[in-house]
Amino acid sequence: MTALTTDPLASESSPLKLAPRRHYAQVVGAVAVLLLAFLLIQSLALNKNMQWSTVWKYLWNGQVGQGIVTTLVLTVICMVMGTILATVLAVMRLSKNKVLSTVSFAYIWFFRGTPLLVQLIFWYNLAALFPLLGIGIPLTNISASVSTNVVITAFVAAVLGFTLNEAAYMSEIVRAGIQSVNVGQREAALSTGMTEAQCMVRIVLPQAMRVIVPPTANQAINLLKATSLVAFISGGDLLSAVQDIYAVNFAVIPLLVVASIWYLVVVSVASVGQHYLERRVGKGFTHFSEDAVRDQIASIKAAQGGNE
Amino acid sequence: MKPMVEIIDLHKSFGKVEVLKGINLQVKPGSVTSILGPSGSGKSTMLRCINHLEQPTGGAVKVNGDYVGYTRKGDVLSEISGKALAKQRAGIGMVFQRFDLYAHKTALENIIEGPLRVLGQSRSAATDEAMALLERVGLRNRARAYPAQLSGGQQQRVAIARALAMKPKVMLFDEPTSALDPELVGEVLAVMKEVAASGMTMLVVTHEIAFAREVSSEVVFMADGYIVEQGDPNLVLRKPSHPRTQDFLSRVL
Repeated sequence: MTALTTDPLASESSPLKLAPRRHYAQVVGAVAVLLLAFLLIQSLALNKNMQWSTVWKYLWNGQVGQGIVTTLVLTVICMVMGTILATVLAVMRLSKNKVLSTVSFAYIWFFRGTPLLVQLIFWYNLAALFPLLGIGIPLTNISASVSTNVVITAFVAAVLGFTLNEAAYMSEIVRAGIQSVNVGQREAALSTGMTEAQCMVRIVLPQAMRVIVPPTANQAINLLKATSLVAFISGGDLLSAVQDIYAVNFAVIPLLVVASIWYLVVVSVASVGQHYLERRVGKGFTHFSEDAVRDQIASIKAAQGGNE
Repeated sequence: MKPMVEIIDLHKSFGKVEVLKGINLQVKPGSVTSILGPSGSGKSTMLRCINHLEQPTGGAVKVNGDYVGYTRKGDVLSEISGKALAKQRAGIGMVFQRFDLYAHKTALENIIEGPLRVLGQSRSAATDEAMALLERVGLRNRARAYPAQLSGGQQQRVAIARALAMKPKVMLFDEPTSALDPELVGEVLAVMKEVAASGMTMLVVTHEIAFAREVSSEVVFMADGYIVEQGDPNLVLRKPSHPRTQDFLSRVL
């Protein structure tokens, strides 16, 4: 008994191969799924009723392009205004003042609790409730007013409806983001002499963004597609545009495909933007940054250089 | 000599629980006061009342002659504005148990944030001073690292530099080494010793008895919301007179 090499593997002349386990069920499943997907694509691609030539033709139609622009403008305006309003609502909701937090709570309760389409039609028909919109100083005769129908166009109704609705949902996201930031961050900022407002803007909100951005991207994508609801009040968006076209040529399915393709394109571009935005707001939350590594290497080299 | 920090009959309750039951303390300029005591004795709460992170329910705190968070008119202390309170806090540095460096900012950005936004310094001046402070705490080569890339001891040294950058009149340390791995405690205590030697007025809530004995000019022992014993560290730590102090020291030494 002299050798410690009791493992017979060590004495093999050639290295042993590792054979991974075969996943037969997975292979069968994958083949089945591929087959179904192929059949589905085939039934759509070779379907005469799809009228692919019509789809191609209207994909680059000017009216459709106008619709895309309206959809994008509406989404951006409502998302930006909605998020600003949402931040105010979230800060109110977290306020120690009971009136502010209750008002914010009631707002969120109302706008989340009623259907978006109802809100949209309501704003469009605001004239039925208030025929005139005006401002005036109470107890005096000084006032000015205009007809509601002149002010509240389909576009204005849509902006109002989507902004107010989006703010309700976004405020909950912003609130969750603010609450995700450790209270120590706030105390540290206050202890260096920052005001509550500076602390919120400089320290808390930038870190809250990491939690806020992913669900916000979801909201933005949702909103982009929800703007198709303005077709109900003839708002001139992408869906309205294709509806106007198929009302004349009856090519319903091909034009819905045109609209869907454009929605997919815009959402895909937005998703790429989301990826880069998430990387930006995630700054400091990884254990790696090129700058820090470079500095460390430089200092190690400097130390070695000093020793020589 | 006028005290740098004066705590006058300080009371603090959280709901029905009274945590501070009448604290009186005077801290001389340039002195180092270590605050010892069992957990739950009110040490941290007292420290947090000094820069008004906790609002006292009774009594008052004066720093450099000014009531913190209040202004006195006759016999009434009226609460001051948030802006005025922020200005007072800028002169009172604080170092926290959990470091609490701004997670989205590099070490350098953490240090210059206050000088830029609160003191209104120029970026280049603030950066020069911050780099000098990083040098002082031995972390010049980690200026561009984020807190998550630093060890606990390094984070706490940056946190001390961040507090020093505001050129405070007093520094409060709330258990600065309690969250650290044992082998990292020394580097932080070394920096604190250097700050003490520079003449800074310091109040340190700590469990480091050796540090208290070696560095502090005064030791305060707290239990159940009261200061039960205070005085020269050699006396209080070697020959404690109060049974609570004797009991505590026999456990930790």
